[in-house]
Amino acid sequence: MSVSAIVMMVIAMLIVWGGLIAAILRLRAHPEPPEQMPPGTRPAE
Amino acid sequence: MAEQPREQWATRAGFLLAAIGSAVGLGNIWRFPAIAYENGGGAFLLPYLIALLSAGIPLLIMEYAIGRKYRLSPPAALRRMARPAEAIGWWQVVISFVIATYYAVIIAWAVRYVGFSVGQQWGDDPEAFLFGDFLRAPEAPSFLDGYVPGVFWPLIIVWVVVLAILAFGIRRGIERANKLFIPLLFVLFAALVIRAVTLDGAATGLDALFSPNWSELGNGSVWVAAYGQIFFSLSIGFGIMVTYASYLGRRADLTGSAMVAGFANSSFEILAGIGVFATLGYLATASGVGVDEVAGAGIGLAFVAFPAVISEMPLGALFGVLFFGSLVIAGLSSLISIVQVVVSAVQDRTGMRRMPAVLGIGGLVALVSVLLFPTESGIYLLDASDHFINQYGIALAALIGLIVIVWVLRQLPSLQQDADATSAIRLGHWWRICLGVITPLVLGWMMVDSLRSEFEDNYEGYSTGFLLSAGWSVAIGALLVGVILTLMPWPAGGEDIDLDMEAPADRKDR
Repeated sequence: MSVSAIVMMVIAMLIVWGGLIAAILRLRAHPEPPEQMPPGTRPAE
Repeated sequence: MAEQPREQWATRAGFLLAAIGSAVGLGNIWRFPAIAYENGGGAFLLPYLIALLSAGIPLLIMEYAIGRKYRLSPPAALRRMARPAEAIGWWQVVISFVIATYYAVIIAWAVRYVGFSVGQQWGDDPEAFLFGDFLRAPEAPSFLDGYVPGVFWPLIIVWVVVLAILAFGIRRGIERANKLFIPLLFVLFAALVIRAVTLDGAATGLDALFSPNWSELGNGSVWVAAYGQIFFSLSIGFGIMVTYASYLGRRADLTGSAMVAGFANSSFEILAGIGVFATLGYLATASGVGVDEVAGAGIGLAFVAFPAVISEMPLGALFGVLFFGSLVIAGLSSLISIVQVVVSAVQDRTGMRRMPAVLGIGGLVALVSVLLFPTESGIYLLDASDHFINQYGIALAALIGLIVIVWVLRQLPSLQQDADATSAIRLGHWWRICLGVITPLVLGWMMVDSLRSEFEDNYEGYSTGFLLSAGWSVAIGALLVGVILTLMPWPAGGEDIDLDMEAPADRKDR
């Protein structure tokens, strides 16, 4: 493999896979508050 | 008076896995690698990432916001925005209907090829085997020909599995299935990629895929290809993400979820690019030809090039099972979401219960699929419908939908407010600029571009009569049927839509 191809492959993996990890961490840092349901209701299954 | 609210995803991870399962489909595996290779190799990454950030993720956020705000599938949600806009929703539902009918057929082929991999039934000529022995395709398409049992029966099995999953509902069906499918797909595909990159010649293939050709970036068609890839691979524009988001809780983080789903889809594409091109590098080296001679996309890549590789390599049967097994799982998780669009649209508009809707409406999709496609000319019908419904169905409906939502109904400020209220990342002006200016311009350009090539040459050299009956009529028919469905008087009258999706008769009991 040429150097430029290796560099582009590594950059692609870092940006896209890194972006996924960053997005997951960011979302996990903000857990959703529990849903407020009117009394006597439950979500449909 | 206890009301049962709309079905809801059990967990945030469950929704995300289902959304990722929908986005990751056959296109990620067999379309992305070839598109990247043909459009600048490593340099394609730049337009591709710009397209992801300026069109893909903003559109995902918009569809999530519409689904969560109205908690209805596209026709009913758009009707709430403005009555006539309902037609765009039904147009998207009909597009989903059409896509589901042929998408299932490709999964059925992949099911058969999992078995063929073990004995390598294709022998020395996988192409002749595919079109001759397996599909029994005639030289040119005809309308009166026989059924192919080798496709018919696996297709029945695919439909039984899909309808069974849908019948269990959002939580117990779709969510549970994706919690199994997505990790399994990742494990199977990761094993395939590890095997692929350790093959002789893998480096040659990866070199071909990732060597940057920077001069290509000055070429407008490369940018159109990047936006097209992001657009088609993310399952946006035909109602899936609106439908899935309509089952979200009121407090769900929309922007964060869209970032995860968007990047997860692209992550799988990069992985697929590495796996596919490492494999093609091996095939090229083993056959003593250049990678350009073996590189391809779509059906030819999956059902001709990969079988050739499987016959060539040691432990090829295992590699074949991994590859076609991945295709089956990636395809199933997407097909489930496509059929759910149709089922939930009818439920929301009529108040029909889930089980009769899945069996009746989902069954109708399955029936059309089983009647039309496992035929000798099925491959031609599939090819033409796919091309025209993608270009003049999905892309055109998305363009018109976007213009109506952004410019005519001016919904972006309220959708933005809605998304910002529960999302950690706040949307700025960039979001409105991306959706109001960049995405419609690129989609419009794509449309002009593909129309021009349509009139220069007949698609794939098919006869004009065949293209009119199997291509244009399908695309135009989807729009017409969408309009008719909008004008139809629905049992629930359109106004009395109960968010709990229970039959109107049951409501009176409470």
